[in-house]
Amino acid sequence: MAKQNIDLKVNGFTYRVAVEPWRSLAEVLREELGLTGTKVGCNQGDCGACTVLLNGRAVSSCLTLAVEAHQREITTIEGLAASPDQLHPIQQAFIDHGAVQCGFCTAGMILSAKALLDQNPDPSEEEIRQGIAGNLCRCTGYTKIVEAISAAAQTLRGAKEER
Amino acid sequence: MAMPHFEHHQPANLEEALDILTRHGADAKLMGGGTDLGLKMRAGLLSPRHLVSLARVAGLNRISYRDDDGLVIGGSTRISEVAAHPEVRQHYPALAQACSQMATPQVRNMGTVAGNLANAAPSADTAAPLLAYRASVVLVERGGRRQVKLTDFFKGPGLTDLEPGEILEAIRVPAPPNRCGSAYQRLSERSRVDIAAVGVAGFVALDLAGVIIGARLALGAVAPTPVRCPEAEALLEGQAPTPEVLRRASVACVRASRPIDDVRASANYRRSMVQVLSQRVLEQCLAMAKGEPIPQF
Repeated sequence: MAKQNIDLKVNGFTYRVAVEPWRSLAEVLREELGLTGTKVGCNQGDCGACTVLLNGRAVSSCLTLAVEAHQREITTIEGLAASPDQLHPIQQAFIDHGAVQCGFCTAGMILSAKALLDQNPDPSEEEIRQGIAGNLCRCTGYTKIVEAISAAAQTLRGAKEER
Repeated sequence: MAMPHFEHHQPANLEEALDILTRHGADAKLMGGGTDLGLKMRAGLLSPRHLVSLARVAGLNRISYRDDDGLVIGGSTRISEVAAHPEVRQHYPALAQACSQMATPQVRNMGTVAGNLANAAPSADTAAPLLAYRASVVLVERGGRRQVKLTDFFKGPGLTDLEPGEILEAIRVPAPPNRCGSAYQRLSERSRVDIAAVGVAGFVALDLAGVIIGARLALGAVAPTPVRCPEAEALLEGQAPTPEVLRRASVACVRASRPIDDVRASANYRRSMVQVLSQRVLEQCLAMAKGEPIPQF
């Protein structure tokens, strides 16, 4: 059972990697590409720490086989900021609102927030809570996280109106 | 536990997928989103030597609706796609509710409705609404196709009528009549994210005088398979929907259940909740059938 050559399009770059078919996307992102911003918590699709965007939709990269992601667009936390010195508004809002405690859930939480706000730019609190229902924060800092996402939504809507 | 090793196939069309399946027989396993299969493999419950992914099979990812023909959901269509589809939300609200409420956003983006049925968990959230809508599944093999009513598809926990070499190509759901309503309610200990401890789906159609001319109820997580409630349905049909009629039908639903005690709920609690949820589902169905606004979900 040989390795397969696949093209992973991560954050706008295409990486040609040879992977065994049973390896998860999370493993390959972390171990082959060195993108360790994606965390692995439960490794069974419950905790959401490994959330990445696959063709714009939030998925658990621990349950996604890397070979299934061949030639699909992947966004990880490393690809969110426009430049090294300018964070994405969701990232900035998490800092400003104290929404990061231990930080382990943060990358997945922010990508779920990104997927939500891409589809629904003005979510209610309930919609935000549903949007991050697949992301567990074991520090239980949900209130600040919801506030941060709500604030980021406002910032992003403002940025759109200015344009 | 580590993932067992396997060869992975991503066929581009149905013929190719059927060829691979036929070639490898019992050594091959079909994969939709992998949200159930991947976990079973990691837990050491399954170790197929060949995984056949349906994700890139042409024509399998589709949702179509026609007033004369009803709904067709392709075998690789994601749960979140069904949840968001305007015609599913309009004509099959119980299915849209199940698909928006089950699991997590991530799992709904990965998992497929066909996979939810083929995995055949007694608690499968899409099963109860599809039973209430009298859905069938289209199974294709190299020699041809057959259509199986969903009531005949489930054989036991994790067991279905799907033969090795067959692919669940599509789910077909008849078009709803006028003056009908349908709803799904689920209960779980922690939140929507949790596996359902009880799920109830209902469908009611009224005639012009407000008499029930069609009624179907289906239960999840309270029997070895998702089940219909024929006794309750017979009690409703031909009757005016009085509170007493609804109450008797809800009690009859309890008799259709065969729940067990497990980590999610006791059998007794499940029986009580079957009655409560059946009553609520019937009330929602009636409100909808009478043209009252559909609640948002």
